[in-house]
This record gives sequence, structure tokens and C-alpha cells, in this order.
Amino acid sequence: MSKQKLVIIGAGMATGRVLEHLTDSGADGDSGVDWDITLFNAEPRGNYNRIMLSPVLSGEKTYEDIITHDEAWYVERGVTCRFGERVMQIDREAKVVRAPNGDVPYDKLVLGTGSDPFIIPLPGHDLDGVIAYRDLEDTQKMMETGAGKRVVVIGGGLLGLEAAAGMAARGAEVTVVHIMGHLMERQLDEAASYLLKTSLEKKGITIRLMANSTAILGENGHVRALQLDGGEELPCDLLVMAVGIRPSVTLAKDAGLAVGRGVHVDDQLVTSDEDILAVGECVEHDGAVFGLVAPLYDQAKVAAQTLMGQQAVFMQKTLSTKLKVTGCDLFSAGDFAEGEGREDIVFRDPARGIYKRLVIENDTLVGAVMYGDTADGNWFFGLIKDGTDIAEMRETLIFGPAFQGGSPADPLSAVAALPLDAEICGCNGICKGKIVEAIGAGSGDLAAVRATTKASASCGTCTGLVEQLLEVTLGDDYAAPQSAAICGCTDLSHEDVRLLIRTKELKSQPAVWQELGWTTPNGCHVCRPAVNFYLIADWPVEYQDDPQSRFINERKHANIQKDGTFSVVPRMWGGITNAAELRAIADAADKYNVPTVKVTGGQRIDLLGVKGEDLPAMWADLGRAGLVSGHAYSKGLRTVKTCVGTDHCRFGTQDSTGLGIRLERALWGSWTPHKVKLGVSGCPRNCAEATCKDIGIVCVDSGYQIGVGGAAGMDLKEIQRLTEVETEEEAMDVIIAFVQLYREQAKYLDRIYKWIDKVSLDWTRERVVDDIEERAALVARFELSQSIYRRDPWADEAKKAQAKYEPLADLTLEAAE
Amino acid sequence: MNWLDIGAVDDIPLRGARIVKTKAGCVAVFRTDVEEVFAASNTCPHKAGPLAEGIVHGQKVTCPLHNWVFDLNTGQAQGADEGRIDTYPVRIETGRILLDATKLLARQAA
Repeated sequence: MSKQKLVIIGAGMATGRVLEHLTDSGADGDSGVDWDITLFNAEPRGNYNRIMLSPVLSGEKTYEDIITHDEAWYVERGVTCRFGERVMQIDREAKVVRAPNGDVPYDKLVLGTGSDPFIIPLPGHDLDGVIAYRDLEDTQKMMETGAGKRVVVIGGGLLGLEAAAGMAARGAEVTVVHIMGHLMERQLDEAASYLLKTSLEKKGITIRLMANSTAILGENGHVRALQLDGGEELPCDLLVMAVGIRPSVTLAKDAGLAVGRGVHVDDQLVTSDEDILAVGECVEHDGAVFGLVAPLYDQAKVAAQTLMGQQAVFMQKTLSTKLKVTGCDLFSAGDFAEGEGREDIVFRDPARGIYKRLVIENDTLVGAVMYGDTADGNWFFGLIKDGTDIAEMRETLIFGPAFQGGSPADPLSAVAALPLDAEICGCNGICKGKIVEAIGAGSGDLAAVRATTKASASCGTCTGLVEQLLEVTLGDDYAAPQSAAICGCTDLSHEDVRLLIRTKELKSQPAVWQELGWTTPNGCHVCRPAVNFYLIADWPVEYQDDPQSRFINERKHANIQKDGTFSVVPRMWGGITNAAELRAIADAADKYNVPTVKVTGGQRIDLLGVKGEDLPAMWADLGRAGLVSGHAYSKGLRTVKTCVGTDHCRFGTQDSTGLGIRLERALWGSWTPHKVKLGVSGCPRNCAEATCKDIGIVCVDSGYQIGVGGAAGMDLKEIQRLTEVETEEEAMDVIIAFVQLYREQAKYLDRIYKWIDKVSLDWTRERVVDDIEERAALVARFELSQSIYRRDPWADEAKKAQAKYEPLADLTLEAAE
Repeated sequence: MNWLDIGAVDDIPLRGARIVKTKAGCVAVFRTDVEEVFAASNTCPHKAGPLAEGIVHGQKVTCPLHNWVFDLNTGQAQGADEGRIDTYPVRIETGRILLDATKLLARQAA
């Protein structure tokens, strides 16, 4: 039989496998088809194992190690190689492939054009030193950028991280810029991704999440830096863009083949032209495109069989991904998204950096994510594929096949994992080692540990941790009194979590969930707002506030009312206003049909009954008159109520209005464990009702009496005297330091009076009154936090977040059809 | 089935929700994970709290008014509270959210 002319465009891993099937399966004999094969490749080389480029980059392998088909292989099989030649056109009428060094006719054509790296069209993307990470040329460019050079990688997916790790292994200073909130968000959930991030950071790689690139800056035609949307510049000698790949379809599209995201093929890998097949990353089959190697090999086999006239069908299968990113073991399989009736089983071992999550539906396993220990991955994958009924082994499923009947996760493992030099008692500077030593020497209960080490003997917030240390050290001999857990997601108390966030330097919610062994994927409505606050208070610079972990009022910067409308309260500094502000408020009330306008007890005006979608526009209007958010909705500074003091009053002893305004200007915008209200009265007649505020100042001739712990809510409390100071300056410092101490120490949702009941007024006085250095340090930490949070959320929201106040869609019109 | 494209997945913040206005009342679309959404009635059966404004955790939402918790798979109130919210089929296709309007249209016709 005469030879059939076969042309293959692209010498990649999929077409390489097609060639193997055609030439190794005895094509001459079995199928009765003999091929005259021409292989085009735009890269000046044949088929190599692209997956192994990363080890080449990191230096573990050389290019020679990863060649799949060398020159001899092609010669042996009589394949005509046209490498380094980019095909210009497919002429389907004439059945000819047009290329720079001459046309080649075909009977059958196989497209294996692969994919193109997606280049974000940022200004400067065409500068020298801006590359993708796709082929050997890119890899070589990266290898040439050696030790001591600065590299920025855009993209926190698999490819970007491998590029980053490879460059870091070569001694470069690498920063990864990722637009999403966590790395590899398509394959990993947040907890697994947090562990990956931690491990990469240990290798010296800087990870920037939620970072939006705006421009690539150059100098003499070469890249100089990447600019982020805040204006920040990340200097670099090389910029690698690894933000994804797109099926390469230009050739197919120009030839008039049916093309969607990729080249459309049927179950036999045949395109809309019966003489043209396609395989690999350029293909779209039944709505899906492909990036992993296993389905590409399946396609290659089916395509080869189709060419040989055999019956074969390509089917998409459930896939598992077992990845090794730079020495970190990752596994994910199945489906985490969509579908009803799902449940999660989560296992975390903070001490060993292990995370496992199983997704169960109707007593079968449908998905699994694992990090750190992937040994059972294939077993889980088997359960997913086979749809095994797991009802019987549900309780112990997560421990894998070898472990049936095991014990649940150990709630003490977080404390057990702390290093000996981790500070447990902040008041007295006592670390874990000293406490363990004392326990070993015979201090068998809390009182004894307090007596011998002073740990937990001052404010007492570390009591829970000391008890856990007793339990870990003494085992069953110690019966711990249980401190109340935050919620069902953890056994730890608020105090424990606050301390561990600090000692273990946990700076994100996934870090807290993982390192402290949360039993749910992402907390609940009880713990999320608390943890979000603790992270804001302890890491104001590093942690980014999470609106989705806030109650509605703080997320929408207004108070929700019983009918779902909101109330809007602009700030009136110290209760002082003027005609222009009042006019703006009146105009807003008219414009947005506000049904109720009420004067509040905090000396300002409340506009009640505002529709959610009107909020941003109303804020913009109020903002133009200089009005800002009054935070009447926040666990934060509410108001500073004042009397008119020496300005007008015949009894006034000090400028109480002035001090009130100064305090409000200093404290506004700060987040606190619960709401904070202040009052400043100009004389002991106390017209500002300062004595029932969280912090109340009563001015006297000799200075300022500062009281704390008042309340006029469910509990009625009179303030207790913290101290008396002579100058306004000192009053400011003491009050700011006190607020910061409250922010750092108190349990979320404890008002100041509740907190003082626990730690004692004397304990706070020692820190903010007696210890001048500590006071200054507290003020400095407050100022650092305020450098970020002292701003008007209304102005920010009105500018950029309008959409979240509006409906996603309006179907009332469509429904009318 | 009557699948309507109501917007992009990324229009909803992760662990957040947005509402869709319909003649049968507001439907809340919850994004519980990167690629996971649920649709249910926006109205809490307790005191009509707007559920789209609640905290979204796991595959549940907590009503912003009085902390009733609903499983978004079944619409069933959790714990000691008794009640149910209607749920609607919804799916994601290439980054777009598709809502099945069959039940919504039927309700309105009824």
C-alpha cells in the first residue's frame, strides 16, 4: 500500500506520544498504514519533557537529562524534522502546510500547537528582561540571571512558584506577586496554601498576595522594577510572567477550523475537518481544556488509533494532582466546588505542618486536599473514583487506610509544638521552657506554677496556656479545669488564641486555623470576627482586614435596622457642628427620602431608614460637606461627648470641648474589642455624663481626673479613677495608652469594665500610669496602627466599593416575559 | 431548567453574598469557596433578616439580625432553631454564575 503523508505541527509531549504509538506499534504490519511523517516545531529542537524544566532551572538536572526523543530516535523512525520552523498557514483546500523553507502536502494532519503563555498587557511588558516561563529559552534566561540578582515573578500558580523556587535555589532574591488572596487558589484551599506560603518564605522567597501590578518600569530598554497599584516599586533585574496559558489556536483559527477556547475535537480527537486531528494543550474537548500530562497521553493514544483506523474513544476522567512544589508535598483530587449536601472533614497537625481535608457527599468521598503528608493520596483518590460507600469508616477516614479506630486530633498539639523559648506570660516575661522546668521540678498545678515562676500570676490571660502546659507535661496525671472555648471550631479560649497569635507570629486567618488546629474549614460567625480583630490589633501593618469576617454593620459601615434598611450617623467632633454640616445632612435626608431623623445620646444626628444601595451615594454627598463616618456601628471609637467647658460656661475649669475634639481626632477609626465611648466634662457638675462612659474625664482646677470602666448599657457602671494628671498632653497619652492596652489584651466583645474586672485596675495602672516607658511604647504602637486605620471608610467605600451595595442582577424584567 | 447568567463569580467576594432581585422576592447568591456558590431565599423565616448580609462560613450563613444559622445545601435552620429557606439550583460555568429560574418563575405565576 502506498505511503500516506502525515504532517505533525508541534513537537511536544502529546505529539511525541502520538509518534511513539504510530511508529512503535508496528504500523507497517498491523494497521496496514505506512506513514511518511514530517514533524514541524517552532522551537529549534525535538520533544523534551517540559514538566522537568523546573529541575533544570534549579540545577538538579541538565537539558540533556530531559530529552525524550533525540536526533537518532527521529532518524531511526524516518521522521523528517523541520525544527526551528514556524508553520505559517494550513491550506485545507490544497491539503498543504505552508512553512518558510517550503510547503509540505498532507493526507492527514495532526495539530499539537500547545499553548501560549498569557502575557498581561501591562505598560512595559515588551521591555528586555520581561519573560514568560514556557520553554527552554525562558529557562536559560532565568539561569543566566544568577546569584544576588533580583527577580520578580508575577503569578502564584504552580508555574510561577516553580520559577520562583528555582531562581531562589540559584541564589537570586525572589519576590512572587500574586493577585489573589492565596497561592495556587485553583488547586489548594487556603489552609494548604498557607502552609505552602510559609514553606516558600522559609526558602527566602517574598510572597506578596492581593497585589495588583500596574506597570513594568524600564531603564534603557531593560526592566527596572514592577510597580504595584499603591505606587510601590519592586526593583528587579528580571521579571517572569507566569500568570497562565492559553491554547494556541491561531493557526487552526486562520485555517477556518472550529475553535472555542481551544481547537474543537470530537471523541476521536478529530477537528471539524475530518483529515485534521488535534492533541494536547491546544485542544478543547466537551468544553474542557487540558494542562496536566495524563489526559494528554490518553489523547495521544486515541489520536494514534484513529489515524490507524481503529475504534477508540477519548474520555475525560476525574483527575488527581500530586504535586511537588519545591520540596513541599501537595495532593488534590476530585471536586470541591458545586453540588449540594456536602460535608468537610478537616485534620490539622500544627506540629508537623500537616493539613488534610476531605469532602464528603452522600456517604461517598468526592474531593481531597492534602499538604505535608500525601501518602494516603492514592487511597483517597481510589475512593473518589470508585464512589466507595464510606459510611462505615467515616469516623476514621481521614487517618487513612492504615489507621482505623484512631483517636481524634489532639487539641494540645498547638501548645506542644511551641518552642521552649516561646513567651507564655507576657507580664512577667516567662517562656515555655521555664514553666516546663518548674512543672518537672514538682509544680503540679496552676497555683504552684504561679508561685514558682510568676507565670499567669499578673493579668491571668495566659492561664489557659499554662494549664495546657501542665496537661502536656504531666499527661493524664493532670486534670485541667476547662476554660471556655471560643466556639465549636476550636478548644482554645480567646485568651489562648490571642497569646498564640503573638508567640507563633500568626498573621493571617488561614495561619490561625491551621496552626491552632481549627476543626472547620474557615471558622464560623462566632470566631471569625474575633480572630479578624485580634489579627488587626496585633499585626496592623501585615494583616489585611477581612470584611467577610465582620458583622454586617462593620462590613457596610452603617447600622442595620429591623427592616433591612440602615441608619447613617456622620461624625460630629466633640459634638460640635455648624450650619453647613447641618445643611448637608438636611439635604441628604431630603434627597434619599430619610423617614426618621433623630438626635442621638452621643451628640450627633442619626438618619434612619436608608436603603442599602443608597449608602455610597449618600456618603459621597455628606463627604463633600466634610462629614465623615461616625462609626456608630463599630466595635471601635464611637463618640466623645463634651460640655462647653471654659469657652462659654461660667463653671468650666478646662477646655473640655477642645480636649474632647483632640481625643476624638486621635482615636477615631481604631478598632477595639467592643465599642468605646468617651465623655469629657469641664467641671465636677459633669454635664457630659463622663462618669458612665468607657473612659470619662472630669476636668478640675488642678488638672484632669481620668476614670475608666463606666457603662450605661445592660450593666450600669460608674467609672473608677485610673489617675489624675496635670496637663492635657499627659491626659492624651494616658488615655491613648489605655486604649491600646485594651486593644492588645482584652477578649473580643468584652467592654472595658469587663476586661478590668479580669485583669484588675491596678494592673492597667502599672502599665499606663506608673511605667512611663511602657506608656510611650503603647502610644507608639497605637500610632502605628492608626497610620493605617485613621481614615474615613465612607470615602473609601463611596469611591471603590459601590458595586457591593447593589444587587448582582435584576431578574424582575426577565421574569415579566 | 431555565439557566440565567446572573453575573461573574468574582463579582461576589469570597465568603460573601450578593442579592438578585426577582418578582418572587430577593434571592441571595452566596460564594462559599473560590469556585462554589449557593442560591437561596434572602429572607430569614425568623424576623425577615437579609441573609445576604450575614457571615458566610463553611457552607452555611448566619443571619445578621439574630444569628440563626442555615445550611445552604438544604436551607434548613441549624441547632435549636426551626425553619427553612428555599434553595435554588445554581452553577458555575467558565467563571459565570448560572441560576435556574424555573422555580422562581413558577412561584410568580402561582
